[in-house]
Amino acid sequence: MKTGRDLVVDSVTGVHLALPVAGPGARCYAFLIDWLIRAILCITWYAVAALIYNGRWSLLAPLNPDAKWFVLVVTPAATMYFLYHFVLEIAMSGRTPGKRTAGIHIVMRDGSSPGASALLIRNVFRLVDALPLVYGVGLATTLLTKDHVRVGDMAAGTFMAYERTDVVLPELTTIGSSDAGTEVVSELLSRWTSLDNTARRQLAIAILSRYRLDTNASCAAQTDLQLRSQLEKIAPGRTI
Amino acid sequence: MTEGTRDAALKAALLQRSGYWKAAAHRAQRLAREQAADLGDAAQMAEDYRLLAHDLARARRLIPQTRTREYLEAAYARAHSTLYRGAWYPGQALLTLFRDEIPDVVRWLTPHILWATTIFVLTILTGYWMVHTYPDLIGLFASPDLIATVERGQLWTEGILNIVPSSVLSLQILTNNIVVSLFAYCAGFIFGLGTLYILGLNGLMLGAVFGFTSLHGLDVALFRFIVAHGCVELSVMCLSGAAGAAVGEALIRPTQGNRMESFRIAALRSGKLLMVCALLLVGSGIIEGYVSPRALFPLWARLVIGIGYWFLMIAVLQGWLFRGSRRSRTPEP
Repeated sequence: MKTGRDLVVDSVTGVHLALPVAGPGARCYAFLIDWLIRAILCITWYAVAALIYNGRWSLLAPLNPDAKWFVLVVTPAATMYFLYHFVLEIAMSGRTPGKRTAGIHIVMRDGSSPGASALLIRNVFRLVDALPLVYGVGLATTLLTKDHVRVGDMAAGTFMAYERTDVVLPELTTIGSSDAGTEVVSELLSRWTSLDNTARRQLAIAILSRYRLDTNASCAAQTDLQLRSQLEKIAPGRTI
Repeated sequence: MTEGTRDAALKAALLQRSGYWKAAAHRAQRLAREQAADLGDAAQMAEDYRLLAHDLARARRLIPQTRTREYLEAAYARAHSTLYRGAWYPGQALLTLFRDEIPDVVRWLTPHILWATTIFVLTILTGYWMVHTYPDLIGLFASPDLIATVERGQLWTEGILNIVPSSVLSLQILTNNIVVSLFAYCAGFIFGLGTLYILGLNGLMLGAVFGFTSLHGLDVALFRFIVAHGCVELSVMCLSGAAGAAVGEALIRPTQGNRMESFRIAALRSGKLLMVCALLLVGSGIIEGYVSPRALFPLWARLVIGIGYWFLMIAVLQGWLFRGSRRSRTPEP
């Protein structure tokens, strides 16, 4: 996968984690999809609820709106619009439909999934990111910062990483041996010259027979060099 | 044996473990969605993580530019994320928040709360003095409608329920107050200046309006209107201002790690207070919609409601309401 840069995270195993950081493009793409979804949800709710409330083909608010209008029509639509990110990010472990489509998700800087408090702070800071218009501050900080994060990410200690769900393990054609078996082959090859000729021939024939690369009889007929070359064939996987 | 031969052997050994990787990736994906079936299942996840780390380290060296390494990177990241995802029990989390975390945050923010309150009170007094001394300045803080109503000898709150029902009024007020409170917190990002501006502006406006109403003999009526909801509402303003100030201070003089790290820690820590602020503002909004505009509530009742609610706020902030559910401490040896 072609990515800009990886964020390296230390791990207790001593093997660092390399998380590919999502750039402004992927973030904007995800945001636009999410914005479309929540706009559609919000408008649909408003339209249907307003039609039911008005009891006729009109979407207009009444001149003196009562509590029912706010409770049934305005509040649910506004809630869908403004709490869309927060609710879905909690429910989907740092994802939303838009982020999923763009192949990105929210990750804490230690590589773990974000908790509810981090997601809350991240979304509260949208108030700053959305300034002065159409996420001006958020876009600017995303473009200017090393890890392409907006203010909400800085406050919550999160960033956007690619999910890499599209990476499929290729079909591997390998010799049907165990890990330990191949280690034995390596060991035998490393000690080849120090071993007695008979002993190393016996070991080689036993291993090759086990790997079913050759029969005992044909193995026995091979020269020392041929046996070694057969063993060396075991080492590499034929394809990766 | 040459290094190439050894690497080739290791590579072959590595590639034969693809079955384990698939199983590990599948388990990580499953456990990210649901709880582990039993202890063995969870323990196997930890074992998978170790195995993936081991194989990834080899893959990075032996087969760096391959899809297999990419697959391992993804599987390792997923396992890491699953393993480090803390269990979340909403009930327990809320109890811990109100019992332990909020009192801790309030203790930590005490100097900021005192400073924010001082600034807020000073700006109220300044606003009052300014308009009381130069009445024309009210035009800077209040709308022409409000000014005209007061000049007619009426408060703009009178008869408000004839226009807007209590429920709608409550909803509008609490929404507005929560947004202002959140903004006061977030504005701390501008090195605390935004928070200072919001605190100052709100203080000046309140003082100015009080000063203007006092010129027309309506200050007692305004106090009567405000007292039931205002005790908590204004206190919450100071609390969110304090949280914003803490965020700003973390940026100005970082104490933990670098500037960004300090900002992150301050934002996450002080942000917990916002949840309480929002809840308290819901209560204030309901009082403002249902109690404050109704003439049938006498002053003493408003005072009882206002001060009572303020004490409830103090109890929440100090964690007194949940004292009974303190964690059992480990007995000393």
